[in-house]
Amino acid sequence: MEVAISIITGLMILGALFAIHAKDLLSAVIACGIVGYGLVICFLLLKAPDLAIVQIVVDTITLIMMVAVVLDSSREESFSRLDTFGKIAAATGLIIIVVLFYFFIIASSNLDVLGKSSLRMANAYIHGAAQKTGSANLVTGVVFDFRGYDTMGEAVVLVTAVLGVLTILRLKGKK
Amino acid sequence: MKGMTIIVKKTAQLIAGMIFMYGIYVIVHGHLTPGGGFAGGVIMAGSLILVILSHGTDFFSLVKEEMGTTIVESAATICVILIATAGFLFGTKVFFNNFLPKGNVGDLVSAGVLPLYNIFVGIEVAASVFIIFLSLIIFKEESPK
Repeated sequence: MEVAISIITGLMILGALFAIHAKDLLSAVIACGIVGYGLVICFLLLKAPDLAIVQIVVDTITLIMMVAVVLDSSREESFSRLDTFGKIAAATGLIIIVVLFYFFIIASSNLDVLGKSSLRMANAYIHGAAQKTGSANLVTGVVFDFRGYDTMGEAVVLVTAVLGVLTILRLKGKK
Repeated sequence: MKGMTIIVKKTAQLIAGMIFMYGIYVIVHGHLTPGGGFAGGVIMAGSLILVILSHGTDFFSLVKEEMGTTIVESAATICVILIATAGFLFGTKVFFNNFLPKGNVGDLVSAGVLPLYNIFVGIEVAASVFIIFLSLIIFKEESPK
């Protein structure tokens, strides 16, 4: 399973790199789709069907909106040459990547094997949630019962995002 | 924005209702099978987006649709918070208390208030995604050429 996830992650990185450097913006948007759908397959391999369903639906709708926007505006990416400030920014980014990888290698030696760790809270959820909440789907039991505040926060974040979109994308005022 | 050809229109008319029903199924069975309010809500919004993309924007009065969808979204969010607050009235006085009887694990009507949360969050998510799409289209229609 780890080999398959590594291959899919490599494909996702290649798609993301192509999306940055593509000359045609439509092919860049399609290359962004590789990242999303690769993540769906990773979720399915890690036995998380709830996340996979949400990811595949949201990714499809986002892709449709992006394709509509690209077809409506220009399809040409406008490249510009690197000036001094751009070179400084690129060098800073490289230094930050090297530092992050150093700490990542230090931290990954202390982690458990992928999927093998057993936290105390996770064990309590797995063995007692069906009787306590009465829900056969463990994820719904956790999301709406044990972690109700988080779900309410997500709903309120969505409402706030819609309010922001409605405020910005308004040319004519409401009578 | 103009609509597409008659083949696309007829196919969209055939499929959109089934996609909407599938979204309702995913929401209502959220406490039994994978899925739930968020996934089902986005599926329902997808069927509405399919109809608007295939039929063009002259077919519907978009501003009126947007007003109605805004009201539905706000009402669903208030319903979620009201159900959570109702937990103060019964049994242990805590927020998000599961005060209804649990029933048998695996039945369609079980798990107390969890199906109600699923339904209202599903309505709210569907309305939110649909509003974002509608406001993008209205922005394009109203912007000067």
